[in-house]
Amino acid sequence: MMTGWQTLFYKEVLRFWKVAFQTIAAPVLTAILYLLIFGHVLEDHVKVYNSVGYTSFLLPGLVMMSVLQNAFANSSSSLIQSKIMGNIVFLLLTPLSHWAWYVAYVGSSIARGLLVGLGVFVATVWFARPDFVAPLWIAVFAVLGAALMGTLGVIAGLWAEKFDQLAAFQNFIIMPMTFLSGVFYSIHSLPAFWQGVSHINPFFYMIDGFRYGFFGVSDVSPWLSLTVVGAALLLVTAVTVHLLRTGYKIRS
Amino acid sequence: MPAISFQSVSKTYPQPRGPKGATFQALDDVSLDIEEGDFFGLLGPNGAGKTTLISILAGLTRATKGKVTVLGSDVREDFAQARRKLGVVPQELVFDPFFNVREALRIQSGYFGVKNNDDWIDELLSSLGLADKAQANMRQLSGGMKRRVLVAQALVHRPPVIVLDEPTAGVDVELRQTLWQFIAKLNKQGHTVLLTTHYLEEAEALCGRIAMLKFGKVVALDSTSALLKASSSNVLRFKLDGDLPTELARRARVTGRIVQVPAPTALDIENYLAAVRQAGLQAQDIEIRRADLEDVFLDVMSGRSDALPMEVQP
Repeated sequence: MMTGWQTLFYKEVLRFWKVAFQTIAAPVLTAILYLLIFGHVLEDHVKVYNSVGYTSFLLPGLVMMSVLQNAFANSSSSLIQSKIMGNIVFLLLTPLSHWAWYVAYVGSSIARGLLVGLGVFVATVWFARPDFVAPLWIAVFAVLGAALMGTLGVIAGLWAEKFDQLAAFQNFIIMPMTFLSGVFYSIHSLPAFWQGVSHINPFFYMIDGFRYGFFGVSDVSPWLSLTVVGAALLLVTAVTVHLLRTGYKIRS
Repeated sequence: MPAISFQSVSKTYPQPRGPKGATFQALDDVSLDIEEGDFFGLLGPNGAGKTTLISILAGLTRATKGKVTVLGSDVREDFAQARRKLGVVPQELVFDPFFNVREALRIQSGYFGVKNNDDWIDELLSSLGLADKAQANMRQLSGGMKRRVLVAQALVHRPPVIVLDEPTAGVDVELRQTLWQFIAKLNKQGHTVLLTTHYLEEAEALCGRIAMLKFGKVVALDSTSALLKASSSNVLRFKLDGDLPTELARRARVTGRIVQVPAPTALDIENYLAAVRQAGLQAQDIEIRRADLEDVFLDVMSGRSDALPMEVQP
């Protein structure tokens, strides 16, 4: 048996693992449907990079989108459930520090994001064979992206008092930012104005950097993406740790 | 060193439905020391501030003013130490539906850094009559069983100070007895117990010392025996059909047909019965009994207790 933050991490992983059908299998199925439909319909119509077919291009985007959405869903839904059920009191009564909370909630979100991402990859890789030009970049962006979204999930889970508030956060912030990040297209195919808009969306850098790892080609340099994602992660981490330390909405 | 020390603790909440800036004072300058090994009762009507006081102790709520320590550890500055020394059974019947009983207890042990705790967990389970429920999912348990698990969860890290916030609310007789036997045993072994309850006979039977809260203030604080002694020592009890004379109604506690009225002297008894007779009524099943904690409590809460002792605060 483990101690402190490790126990909370273990408990959070066990929580989603016990309902893996819903937390892992379902998002994998969704991603397969996206790939089948968009890949089939658009394969001959959309040209992204010269050497890369559309389905191959789409695959890493879908993997990363699944990683990001599920990392967010994990910490946010766990926290709001605990708040609404009232069992968050079991945690509030313990000597766990705010850092322990942070590491455990974000760590377990990374774990779920990567598991779903791996599931999507294994299930879709048969439709298109992307290359693995730079595997280290793939790993770095998957982990940092999941961490960023898991951290945002903690903020949303602390802030929301009802499930519909959480759903609003998800539908009006997370979904638009993921869809407008270049999962389904290269932003070079957009008009100049929307290219500009995409450049201020941190999700774009997560997906673009991740995709670079597969093809060695991307819309912007992976170093720039790493800088943006790293800076965004530091910023939301600072906010989250502050909220946890002050007991925002969980200690009155 | 006291096991628990509240020093001038105040708590104001913003009033959500009141005018802007309105506040509600839940606790008003509460000072209270609970010594090691005490079985201490915290009594008061709903809304008196009992749960707020316990929440501040447990770190769930922050005091607006004042200082709280558990065996010398400040609950804010030294929260990790303070929480290790404290086992809290919350009032709400909460549970985590993802886990079974043993998993929940192992996880709770882990949060406190307690490794390989299965021996103690087994002991807790059997002491609380949960041994056959170890593998049951929390969702499948009845309310009483969930309450037992809450008690076990509060004790996984063997805290020297145990806090029970209305542990017997809505609980059947059997569980109450199991629970009190177990808690009394822990108290004998040296654990300090702080209890809030609405069952005053429980408090009278179990608690060595008692504090009563009203509108966020301590209005009585003494040993249980001193509180009982200081109250009017006899209570006249009888059954009556019809309305009580006004003079008597002001002093009496009426439950259906049963009238109970404090009557310190024989003369009081005679006067009360005379008043009933003069009203053209007939008292039946008359008895005189010793005052119990419920009488003291009602005295204190109705403000008739000017004569009651308040220990001088250090």
